[in-house]
Amino acid sequence: MDVMTEPPPILEMRNISKRFGNVAALSDVTLAVRPGEIHAVVGENGAGKSTLMKVLSGVYPHGSYDGEIIYEGEERRFSTINDSEALGIIIIHQELALIPLLSIAENIFLVGPPSRFGVIDRSEVHRRTLQLLAKVGLSDAPDTLITNIGIGKQQLVEIAKALSKQVRLLILDEPTASLNETDSAALLDLLVEFRSHGISSILISHKLNEISKVADQITVLRDGRTVETLNCHAQVVEEDHIIRSMVDRDLESRFPKHTPRIGETILAVHGWSVYHPQHVGRQMIRNINFHVRKGEIVGIAGLMGAGRTEFAMSLFGRMYGQNITGRVEIEGKACDVSTVPRAIAAGLAYVTEDRKHLGLLLGEDIRKNVSLANLGAVSARGVIDDIRELRVADGYRSRMQIRCSSVYQETGKLSGGNQQKVVLSKWLFADPKVLILDEPTRGIDVGAKYEIYTIINELADSGRGVVVISSEMPELLGICDRICVMNEGVFVGEFDQAGASQESIMRAIMRNREQVL
Amino acid sequence: MSEISLKPAGTPTGKPAGDRPASHGIGFLTNNLRQYGMLLSLFVIMAFFQVVTDGTLLRPLNLTNLALQNSYIVIMALGMLMVIVSGHIDLSVGSVAGFIGALAAVLIVQYNIPFIPAAIICLVAGGLIGAAQGYWVAYFKVPSFIVTLAGMLVFKGAMLAILGGQSVGPFPVTFQRLSSGFIPELIGDGTGLRQTSVLIGVVVGLALVWLNMKARARQQSHGIETEPSGFFIAKNVIVFGVITWFSWLIASYRGLPNVLVIMLGLIGLYAFITNRTIIGRQIYAIGGNRNAAKLSGIRTERLTFFTFVNMGVLAALAGLVFAARLNTATPKAGLGFELDVIAACFIGGASAYGGVGQVTGAVIGAFIMGVMNNGMSIVGIGIDYQQVIKGLVLLGAVCIDVYNQKR
Repeated sequence: MDVMTEPPPILEMRNISKRFGNVAALSDVTLAVRPGEIHAVVGENGAGKSTLMKVLSGVYPHGSYDGEIIYEGEERRFSTINDSEALGIIIIHQELALIPLLSIAENIFLVGPPSRFGVIDRSEVHRRTLQLLAKVGLSDAPDTLITNIGIGKQQLVEIAKALSKQVRLLILDEPTASLNETDSAALLDLLVEFRSHGISSILISHKLNEISKVADQITVLRDGRTVETLNCHAQVVEEDHIIRSMVDRDLESRFPKHTPRIGETILAVHGWSVYHPQHVGRQMIRNINFHVRKGEIVGIAGLMGAGRTEFAMSLFGRMYGQNITGRVEIEGKACDVSTVPRAIAAGLAYVTEDRKHLGLLLGEDIRKNVSLANLGAVSARGVIDDIRELRVADGYRSRMQIRCSSVYQETGKLSGGNQQKVVLSKWLFADPKVLILDEPTRGIDVGAKYEIYTIINELADSGRGVVVISSEMPELLGICDRICVMNEGVFVGEFDQAGASQESIMRAIMRNREQVL
Repeated sequence: MSEISLKPAGTPTGKPAGDRPASHGIGFLTNNLRQYGMLLSLFVIMAFFQVVTDGTLLRPLNLTNLALQNSYIVIMALGMLMVIVSGHIDLSVGSVAGFIGALAAVLIVQYNIPFIPAAIICLVAGGLIGAAQGYWVAYFKVPSFIVTLAGMLVFKGAMLAILGGQSVGPFPVTFQRLSSGFIPELIGDGTGLRQTSVLIGVVVGLALVWLNMKARARQQSHGIETEPSGFFIAKNVIVFGVITWFSWLIASYRGLPNVLVIMLGLIGLYAFITNRTIIGRQIYAIGGNRNAAKLSGIRTERLTFFTFVNMGVLAALAGLVFAARLNTATPKAGLGFELDVIAACFIGGASAYGGVGQVTGAVIGAFIMGVMNNGMSIVGIGIDYQQVIKGLVLLGAVCIDVYNQKR
């Protein structure tokens, strides 16, 4: 490819590095977007895509990262998101930033509406909104409330809002993740049309088929580094090729050796269906079957939003969703798991992915957190025996190697790894038959991860069934005896340890996405 | 790493390391400043008013009045503390207390129902009112601020309705004794120093010291580090001394008021429930992190409902005590009580965000307010500036708490 004949890029991010504490989120990332192109950025969860976009848009201000941003020929140092927006860089986040109870027009002109002496000029707002909506192909009235239009149209309103700010570089973070086929196609067509008007786009997406349809270039990120940039016009880009460069990495010895001793089925779920808690018609889990055997570690793989956490939480006392149907058997007996106390009594435990908000009493000490799910075991006639409680907490402190000054230490002051051990202790003390661990190593350093893996192995060896939900595929491959792949609320593949690889898992997901679309 | 035991309550490994108390006196005191600071400020305020009122504050008559004047606030503060700890608020308690007082007057004075059945009907009615409000808060998820604001209006109006806009009284003597009666004198002739009351004070003081010693011995026998022994002895000597002294002072007027006995019994009961029982622990857990509590199998709705029922019963009891004290049910009864009760909890260290607060703190908070009311009245500060000063004390106390937490 001859560089000399190309126009200079509208955006060049050079050697961007960004650290959070000791964790390098981005190292030496390079990204060049040419004027009037659709540039796709792909990578696994946690590869650094969103972080890179936050650096670009000024969410992470200049000085909090290394490297330089060249935009329209000049080096830019954004310190707030307003700085980048002023130059036409508009980012549309995965979670839409619209206000549900305001109208389309009010949302589009939320900041700086046309006004006279500080009074909003409503007819001008109306007129301009109509123009913008026409550009994105929406025919809804400008005074329709956001809450009354579907998610696909909301996405288009976001884009209309971007257009109102004279956008020159549009960044879309997973824009089609929650859209159906028609809406997705409409959105992609819009991007193509913008391209013909000279507006560049950066498209972050997991949907490789969409990307290969519209992208001019594809940059692959992995572990916070640029792996390669593919030019879709100069070469034929195979999806397999993209997948391989997304996931390729060596597994080293980050996982403790473990020989499973697998027994009979301990948990069986039949025909499980769950609907979205707010949107009545949206089915999140579609009639799935699932089982775990004694001593087995089963992984559930999938992309964000695949329905893994929703499945686990709906199983655990219906803490997610509505219209839940299906049967649960534990050790061959039908179980009532319709409330959390019943689920715990039946032998289930769910270790949440969000330990700060759903797992711990951060203001209370380790002792009170450990005993919380099984207070009956440290009490007599409803009165807590503080000595017994202390003994139990101290027992877990030494068994789990929780690093703390004493079990009277507030859990909010512990490190992420130690907090996770406290949550695990709580659920071990509840003595479950089956543990569901949701992202058990999220936000934990490598050393603590190894300890958590060891604990997981010991749990399985004690005859329990263990389910691990994780977005880190190497982790699943490293510790699981069997991996089920979930996508769009159904299982789309199942691999035993020998047959599983990152590529086979990713392929199962992608294949299903294409079938769905 | 050692093998994980399958038994949930397995034998502990290693020596329990309870280094909660710092092992030397000064360090221990500063570490626990928050716990004792409130008590210390109560003593300072009492000492201050004792001096500026030329000793009137601690005269036996005034001390007895102080206990009587604040009893209904303290009783409601016990329930309010649990409501606040669980992350809610109850603005209706004043109106409910007034309404129940009116109900008692109608039952006893107009329908001649005897004291005991009337009191039971009133307490049950309080519980039902609490249940009605708790239902909307716990199961219907209406913010407690709004539900109880509505309740405040509803029961204020209901009180006016059943009283017909005028005072109803007087009560028969049996009912009045609830507030203005004193425990019967078993020893002595019922004049001069009431020996029974002194004896009860001494016995209660000794019992508290004995309980403290038992708990300490139990902790030591399990190898748990305890507070320094010098501190422990000093603390118990002060506790015993103060209780005996106060019972002496009160005994030299007319002895222990009935309502003080009820109040002390309830304080003990609620301190036990909040600190030692599963229910108490779970209420703190709900206030600390509702979602985590729910995911740990705690029936958050049911417990929230329970705290409101409990609050309703205590508000009813307070309403009875207040009506008995005035010997009449007036349309103004209960006006503004909720503010004193809530202020007592926050001055006593409860957190507006839930999850934090102690029964003893709320009681001390109530008495800080009570002593200030009483002291300022004796000194002759008008009701106008009393309000200003009380408001500033509330703000100051909470500011100190917020500052301490940031530290």
